[in-house]
Amino acid sequence: MAEAEENIRFHEMFHIEGGNFTNAGAISSRVKKILKEGGFPGEIIRRTSIAAFEAEMNVISYASQGKLSLFIMPNFLKVVVKDEGIGIPDVNLAMREGYSTASEKIRELGFGAGMGLSNIKKNTDEMILTSKSGVGTHLEFVIYLDKQAKE
Amino acid sequence: MTVFDIAKSFGLETRAGKDHLDEEVTGGYASDLLSDVIAHSRKGNLWITIQTHPNIVAVATMKELAGIILTGGREPDPVTLQKAEEEGIPILVSPVFTFELVGRLYKKGISGLSPC
Amino acid sequence: MKLREIQDILEAEMVTGDADLEKEIKYGFAADLLSDVLALGRGSGALTLLITGIIHPQVIYASNIFDLGAIIFVRGKRPTEATLQLAIENQIPLLATPYIMFETCGRLYQHGLRPSISKVKNG
Repeated sequence: MAEAEENIRFHEMFHIEGGNFTNAGAISSRVKKILKEGGFPGEIIRRTSIAAFEAEMNVISYASQGKLSLFIMPNFLKVVVKDEGIGIPDVNLAMREGYSTASEKIRELGFGAGMGLSNIKKNTDEMILTSKSGVGTHLEFVIYLDKQAKE
Repeated sequence: MTVFDIAKSFGLETRAGKDHLDEEVTGGYASDLLSDVIAHSRKGNLWITIQTHPNIVAVATMKELAGIILTGGREPDPVTLQKAEEEGIPILVSPVFTFELVGRLYKKGISGLSPC
Repeated sequence: MKLREIQDILEAEMVTGDADLEKEIKYGFAADLLSDVLALGRGSGALTLLITGIIHPQVIYASNIFDLGAIIFVRGKRPTEATLQLAIENQIPLLATPYIMFETCGRLYQHGLRPSISKVKNG
């Protein structure tokens, strides 16, 4: 869904380096900072940051690299995360809480408890996840700013 | 205190190793990092973790641990369960999170330093 | 309880300096797996002490996302330089204790620190 140029209040794109566990969370921290500076309600900031964090961790854990884009629109926030990597063979399985394909290395570094995708779903109002094995994954999620938009 | 005593006192459900709950517990060890458990846990320790994959059984066997407690409502993988049964390693589960479970075990007299 | 008290109970070092010793902490959360930090409930973040063995910058970023009160490293570990710098920038107090995770949680619980999140809902 392409955003009409004139509606975008703010847009920034961040590069995520696959395998860089040491700095996991750096990008979502920047997203949080932007939203804080933008004066958004605490709850909106919290949910967006958490979802972004999980998305970032997935790219780091499974992809060679990825890009996270934050769009601030009049009535909602949108985050798009595209990555290049192994992809997700079975999206439905991956969405199950606790299901994890994390390697030993990933676990040893403190990740891979298998909560990521379901945490994103829990914290967002809309979520689209598509993936192609061996190519990569495309994730988009939306958080409504205007409660009425939900209805 | 045996693994059975602890399971009973804390209302923990046993998912594997029901026939091996007589093991005397020498203390507790809490860690989610396998390398750390391998390095520092002691024989007869009860291992508290949220790791659910089959390697936890290998570690518990290697270090002759009394058993494993998964916290935060975690459930072991099917392969983990199978391996635990084969190796005779008790796996218990708790809906409560690590900080609280350890706190309660500690209060009950299970130490992180010396045999209880 | 204040960080000062926690420091005493755990023979801990205040890695980020003494300025934060008066900071109030009410809850504890122990995790080596950072994805589990996301299990934390809302609201209690600022009064929560993260108890962990991970010394890398990702703990600071994770704490930032949840506005956690302070971090204590167990098992005699000390944060890396990068982690320390980031903690100072983000104003997150860091402590380090020689005690292992089990002992650390046990002592803090005994002294009245409460879990930041109790049972899993559908656990």
